[in-house]
Amino acid sequence: MVCFSALLITGGEIVISHTRFYWGETGNVNMKPLFTIPIPSSRDTVPTGYGYVMPDQNGWSRYLHFEAAWLLVLTGVVYGIAGFWSGHFRKDLVPLQGERTWRAWWRAFRGMKSGDGTRSYNVVQRTVYLGVIFVLFPLVIWTGLALSPGFNAVFPLGVNLLGGRQSARTLHFFISDLLVVFLVVHITMIALNGFWSRTREMITGRAAQPAAPEVATGLAAEFVSEERV
Amino acid sequence: MNPISRRKLITGGVVTMTGMAGLAAADRIARRFGLIPPDGGGVYGPGETMTYAAQRLIGKHALAREFPRGMVSKTPFMNEVAPLSEEFKRHQAVGFKDWRLVVDGMVTRPVSLSVVDLRALAMGHQITEVVCEEGWSYIAEWIGTPLSTVLSEAGTLPQVRYIVYRSIQSDWWESIDMADALHPQTLLTWGMNDGDLPVGFGGPLRMRVPRQLGYKSVKYITHLTATDSLKRFGKGLGSASPEGGYAWYAGI
Repeated sequence: MVCFSALLITGGEIVISHTRFYWGETGNVNMKPLFTIPIPSSRDTVPTGYGYVMPDQNGWSRYLHFEAAWLLVLTGVVYGIAGFWSGHFRKDLVPLQGERTWRAWWRAFRGMKSGDGTRSYNVVQRTVYLGVIFVLFPLVIWTGLALSPGFNAVFPLGVNLLGGRQSARTLHFFISDLLVVFLVVHITMIALNGFWSRTREMITGRAAQPAAPEVATGLAAEFVSEERV
Repeated sequence: MNPISRRKLITGGVVTMTGMAGLAAADRIARRFGLIPPDGGGVYGPGETMTYAAQRLIGKHALAREFPRGMVSKTPFMNEVAPLSEEFKRHQAVGFKDWRLVVDGMVTRPVSLSVVDLRALAMGHQITEVVCEEGWSYIAEWIGTPLSTVLSEAGTLPQVRYIVYRSIQSDWWESIDMADALHPQTLLTWGMNDGDLPVGFGGPLRMRVPRQLGYKSVKYITHLTATDSLKRFGKGLGSASPEGGYAWYAGI
């Protein structure tokens, strides 16, 4: 959560220095953008239509962006190993045998708002979590790495498969947006179901009922990284 | 909550000690093999060190992507430069014939070369992308003299670890390690897209380091210094970039 916030804020700062997005290998102010975010820029070379230039925050933003990215990736590796090792992915995230249909998905989706009161994730949560963990996060890391000139020299296929540097940058932007959408919806759902009790459960791995047996404590550590998006 | 059991305390202690010993060992190994960038201190130091060390370990000799001629940008962006000095304008007025590149520091034969000398020395060319930290980019053909040729002409001593390069614009100076300095694609560029290098793009002489971001490709180069340590230059952070808040290693 800390890393993600850091990446989000610094990512935003970096975008502000060039608010135009392109498709393909190259893109600059002499070329036609795919789209432009209608905000002022921190560079006077970017035509934004605004009369003023924002302060340049790129230096520390870039330092922090890459440091937070390392930390997130390392945390992710630990989480991934722990998830497979403990069977957390298989038991809690792969949709149940009988629920792998669109009908079950839709039923769970409609029932979400009220909350079914069970302790297990429903099929909508399971597919979304799997998508975030195994699709969006790998993609955001891949598209981010494809923006590194040093890494591209080592592994040119990474950026070439994405259709070029500017395509990678645009995709990185959209995938980050999807992660933000997930985060907002996720926190909203938690809030609707009792923010503090759910957060406590997430971190300790213990259900909120006061009658919960003491034994549960030992399991806590395994699931600590559960919701660390 | 249960009180922390003795076993947990011991296990936790052992894990922490192992972790700290591991970090200390990693730090020593990184120092031993020169994997810590000059701006590797401070809060952002660990991240910078990880990036620099990782890239030096997995791709020290990797080549930047080169592109077919058809992909050369028709509308490259020259970016703005600080107002050019009177001294620069005097050079420009006479076609840069008196422009000199001085090579000094830890070398056996300090030299001073004109652009004509450089052209006569060796020629390399490459079609690579200029990538700005802001996000924009363009592709051009760059023609110049490989930095490695110039360095061997001056005879760098074996203990040299960095090359410091300076622009006629005195607040622009940078440095690279020997992996980049001796890299075949690192060029002292005097030509672009089959013509002379235009002033807007850094003519008469620009350093091109295609494996790093554009800000390492300094315009209007006049001075190279070979050194074994960056401590004596500026604030000791390696270049003007970290002094202005930007990373020294821009391979990301």
